Amino acid sequence: MDQIHIKQGRIIDPVNNINYIGSVYIADGKIISVTHEPAGFKPDTIIDAHSQIVCPGFIDLSTRLRQPGQSRKATFKSETAAAASSGVTTMCLQPDTSPVIDTPAVAELVKDLAEKANYPQIHPIAALTRNLEGTELSAMLSLKQAGCIAVGNANQSVKNLLILRRAMEYAASHDLLVMFRPNDFWLGNNGCVHEGAFATRYGLPGIPEEAETIALAQCLELVGLTGCRVHFGQLSCKRSVIKIFQAKKYGLHVSADVAIHQLHLTENDIIPFDSNYHVLPPLRTEADRQYLRHGLASGTLNSICSDHQPHDLDAKLGAFPETEPGVSSLETLLPLMLKLVADQAITLEQGIASLSENPARVLHIKSGALTVGFAADVCIFDPELEWRVNSDNWQSRGVNTPFWGKTLKGRVTHTIQAGKIIHCL
Amino acid sequence: MLNNLQLNSEGKLKHFLSIEGLNKSLLTEILDIAESFVGIGDHQIKKVPLLRGKTIVNLFFENSTRTRTTFELAAKRLSADVLSISISTSSTSKGESLLDTIRNLEAMFVDMFVVRHAISGAAHFIAQQTAPHISVINAGDGQHAHPTQAMLDMFTIRQIKKDFSNLRVAIIGDILHSRVARSQIQALNILGAAEIRVIAPKTLLPAHVESLGVNVSHNLNAGLKDIDVVIMLRLQKERMSSALLPSESEYFKCFGLTEEKLKIAKPDAIVMHPGPINRGVEIHSKVADGPQSVILKQVSNGIAIRMAIMAMAMQKQGAM
Repeated sequence: MDQIHIKQGRIIDPVNNINYIGSVYIADGKIISVTHEPAGFKPDTIIDAHSQIVCPGFIDLSTRLRQPGQSRKATFKSETAAAASSGVTTMCLQPDTSPVIDTPAVAELVKDLAEKANYPQIHPIAALTRNLEGTELSAMLSLKQAGCIAVGNANQSVKNLLILRRAMEYAASHDLLVMFRPNDFWLGNNGCVHEGAFATRYGLPGIPEEAETIALAQCLELVGLTGCRVHFGQLSCKRSVIKIFQAKKYGLHVSADVAIHQLHLTENDIIPFDSNYHVLPPLRTEADRQYLRHGLASGTLNSICSDHQPHDLDAKLGAFPETEPGVSSLETLLPLMLKLVADQAITLEQGIASLSENPARVLHIKSGALTVGFAADVCIFDPELEWRVNSDNWQSRGVNTPFWGKTLKGRVTHTIQAGKIIHCL
Repeated sequence: MLNNLQLNSEGKLKHFLSIEGLNKSLLTEILDIAESFVGIGDHQIKKVPLLRGKTIVNLFFENSTRTRTTFELAAKRLSADVLSISISTSSTSKGESLLDTIRNLEAMFVDMFVVRHAISGAAHFIAQQTAPHISVINAGDGQHAHPTQAMLDMFTIRQIKKDFSNLRVAIIGDILHSRVARSQIQALNILGAAEIRVIAPKTLLPAHVESLGVNVSHNLNAGLKDIDVVIMLRLQKERMSSALLPSESEYFKCFGLTEEKLKIAKPDAIVMHPGPINRGVEIHSKVADGPQSVILKQVSNGIAIRMAIMAMAMQKQGAM
């Protein structure tokens, strides 16, 4: 495998406390040195990273690539290309594929599709319950052995708390991480926007924040009862952040992330009836957005995910409540993270850690750092490069993003996955 | 955004989708033009030739008698050719999408769609997707808007009360699910009503209802004090099964409008209802048929208002 020398870039690696201009040396797919040139190193490729930032490749805790089952929306080929161009080197795949990832065969199919797309670092999340129905446990141990990194129930609620308790106990028995998006099915009431002034004005069914906070509180109680390791995904409101803070203070082993768009958009940004703003959980209030940023800065929320959900045109073509929720968000991940830094909500080191070090800790994987001996997952980006979100600059099959047509700042120039250059601008 | 969609570059009505985004002078213009159409129903020949040669399609994805009939009559009195389609019994039951239905009708060279649909935002969606020469009139979309109903209500209020600036208006009942209430509240605020009160149990009020610019009361007796205009809303039977209310009789006891309760309002208060009314559920027959009721006047005015709005939306095509 090629030897790569990345030179003269500003290296930012929060795990190893690195923030200076220097070189990274890669051989045999691994980081072999940072700064000091190893003896006898003969690079096949030299990347001049002058005025760019060199950091660990990004780890995305929640994506949907639409295969198997929905290849009309997107494919592993299109979405791994989008991931590569976004500096993302590891992705967790939500289990709500078709069929659902609830048997080893489907998990193996996912791994196989990833290999064929030349993007092996895709970790399926197995269904917590069979067919995500919330009634029977999935074969978690077999799924773990088939390569699933965690278990979760995607957007489906587990309505019966006894089932949830048992699923968590069983997951804990096999040291499986549960990735959980808290959402009370009944309080959610088939809503499509935040239950607030916007919903009221436009007569759209609303989802109160209590649909999230009550489900979160219930699950936190069950964490205490079962000893299960739980990561809460895509939190959307202030009171969820407070609940996570309190739970951690109380000593529970929990972590949480936020989807990138929740840190930027609120219900006030929704262009009435524009289905690109239809996301779950819904965009909430300015106070929520501020507090999610605060939660990220203080470490209560340790990771940012893209919550990437590419759609075909038809899925977004209709009256707002009838369209499918979700944003195609891999490719805006870096510029929107950098916007948080520009807004002084977080530091650049925090932003990078929330996309690398911290999700690696959540998943217990040896990644998210430029540590010698780790697989060489590296993202090199130009923080000043402006680009327009349009079809010339877009890889994902899904063009469903509220940022379409906007000019954003910060672009990935090179992505290296396990020592292989998978993207070069 | 809504504004851009509804008005053309000269600020004239192109589509009529919601009251939001329209200004006082445009609403007043609608009322004034409707005024000029009021007498037509009494004439020997009940027609004006404003929309002669135009084709209007009434596209009703939800049942309706009053709204559909008045739209149809309004179009006919403007000399347009009218086609009314009830889609619940038509192609969508065969799986055809809303967009395909519209595309097919477009291919038949129609000039205007009048649309009623059960989903909020459906009329906006059609207006966005349809060919540029076609006007879309919203005849009610989900829980979002029913702007022609609101305008005929404003017309009726103005006929009797003349001026909005001193008026206190109470809207009573299922605000949560009511597109009529949302449009009325917007219209009353734009026209400068002194106060709008919504009166309902919490289960029938949307979150942050005050953000619409209303005062809130959960008590009919207290809420009716000093009121000039009482607007009752229809209570759908399915509200009981979804646990929003315990029973019709309990609702009538608390929020049903009786002669006694009406006495709390101003002596010259008028009683309105967008119909169809549930006698004995939200309103007592003696009130519905009583001297203060203007419910049937609302229905007659519906034709003039819809004539005005259709004619105005067709201005760009040479009408008026």
